Amino acid sequence: MSKLIVSRFLQAIPTIWIIATLTFFMTRYAPGGPFDSERAIPEEIKVKLQSHFGLDQPLFHQYLLYFKNLLRGDLGPSFKYPDWEVSELIATAFPVSLTLGLFSLLIALLIGIPAGMLAALRQNSWLDYLPMSLSMAGICLPTFVLGPLLIYTLSTQLGIFPALGWHGPSDWVLPSLTLGLFYASYIARLTRAGMLETLQLDYVRTARAKGASSLRVLTKHAARGGLLPVVTFLGPAFAGLISGSFVIESIFFIPGLGKFFVTAAFNRDYTMVLGTVLFYATLIILLNLLVDLLQAWLDPKSREVR
Amino acid sequence: MTQQSSSLGRDAWLRLRANRMAMLSIYLLLGIFLISLVGPWLSSYSYEQQDLDHIFQSPGKNHLFGTDNLGRDVFARTTYGGRISLAVGLLATLVSLVIGVTYGMLSGYLGGRMDAWMMRAVDVLYSLPFIIFVILLMVLFGRNFLLLFLAIGAVEWLTMARITRAQTLNLKKAEFVEAARALGYSHSRILFRHLLPNLIGPIIIYATLTVPAVMLLEAVLSFLGLGVQAPMSSWGSLIKEGAEKMDAAPWLLFFPGSFFCLTLFALNFLGDGLRDALDPKSSKD
Repeated sequence: MSKLIVSRFLQAIPTIWIIATLTFFMTRYAPGGPFDSERAIPEEIKVKLQSHFGLDQPLFHQYLLYFKNLLRGDLGPSFKYPDWEVSELIATAFPVSLTLGLFSLLIALLIGIPAGMLAALRQNSWLDYLPMSLSMAGICLPTFVLGPLLIYTLSTQLGIFPALGWHGPSDWVLPSLTLGLFYASYIARLTRAGMLETLQLDYVRTARAKGASSLRVLTKHAARGGLLPVVTFLGPAFAGLISGSFVIESIFFIPGLGKFFVTAAFNRDYTMVLGTVLFYATLIILLNLLVDLLQAWLDPKSREVR
Repeated sequence: MTQQSSSLGRDAWLRLRANRMAMLSIYLLLGIFLISLVGPWLSSYSYEQQDLDHIFQSPGKNHLFGTDNLGRDVFARTTYGGRISLAVGLLATLVSLVIGVTYGMLSGYLGGRMDAWMMRAVDVLYSLPFIIFVILLMVLFGRNFLLLFLAIGAVEWLTMARITRAQTLNLKKAEFVEAARALGYSHSRILFRHLLPNLIGPIIIYATLTVPAVMLLEAVLSFLGLGVQAPMSSWGSLIKEGAEKMDAAPWLLFFPGSFFCLTLFALNFLGDGLRDALDPKSSKD
């Protein structure tokens, strides 16, 4: 187990370095710069600003400087919000995205797993067909269609939940539901398939023969193997939740990290773009490691160092 | 069974024809393709023609799908958007196909340490939030159509590479490959003349499933305002406009949204059906 962790960390370092380098040069070679705003800044001020942030130095020198600061954990100041450090901006915006992501995942698991188990237990009955048809619809209904529909029905027409903004828990419902339902659909299908396979295995039959109650067979014996596909899916799901949050934040006007990132890219806020990309990449790598550990714990066969 | 003319392709076709959902999906897709192709010609309005005297008209005789906030005909815009969305879907899938199949075949064929490294790279890439790079690329270098294809294609090739590699690994031990090698054929000839034709089945299946994924990504980009530019339309950009004006004119969301969802639905069902038909061993789901 510890071998897995160590090897993953050793892999993560070059991965993150490549990502950072790629992003660095991509932003710098893109047309435009952080101080080319629509209202013209006098040339002297622009030159001064550029020299203040070291943008007049040779590119490779800037690159080295950025990495030197990065090694000390310093992401630098934002170019667009000069009073703010990039890390401060991330610390402000990320909790919003995290709340959204966690609630969506919770909804996805709470709906998806029971629905999939039910469908597997009562295969080929209406308890199977109904949730599976709904989940197919859920997969084909993109968040940016479902979101407006939910706003229209639950907010505009019925007035149960507020439609836009991010002020209190009641604002969390619609965005999390929009993002969560898609993953609930997916998880329901994976759970059903995994459970169907596991329920046929000998050890489940043995448990049944011992006279264990069907609930106990389901939760104690079959779930461990049957939920493996769901755990494997969690890795891509985390990445998906992050990309999904870009859309959700744009639909519901939520001040999350996704929105900050897109704005920063538009503004050519180099440090902010780089900082956000690095943050996301690290997060994803850590979450993937977590998923792998979870998988190793559930499935002894996968306990080998890759 | 006694008929000897029962080839693999024919068997697959018979199995596919027995799958009612898959057949329905084929008809639905053909219908959507046809409407998108001829719709812009059939309509007496162009997709960009504004008519400020007739804004927000509900669907009716003059405008089948109504008009938008600038008086543009929604039918013309939806079908025209369909052309763009479908074109992006197909072309970007092609890009991902070329990258993925080449990479996968090479990895599987070379084998050994090279294979291990190449697949490890795919694993690493798999775990990255590519959408971030695609967004970054589109924002930084402008909304260039060619770039859109390349960016989307470059994201969606990973699974294709894995599938192709696994198949290549199996096939390269087969006798016909050994025979080709014994005949002294070059590696590229073995790869493209002998291995590739035998990979077509899984490639088709997965390509069918890639098209909806690609279309979804294009729609996400368009929805964020990074896809095609006005006055051009794609289903994604139309859905964005529709979502903004949902209260005043729900049909602006309804028509492009329905076309888009139905297409995704049909493509997913068709992909599943093809998988069952071409590879009976792999169970559904």
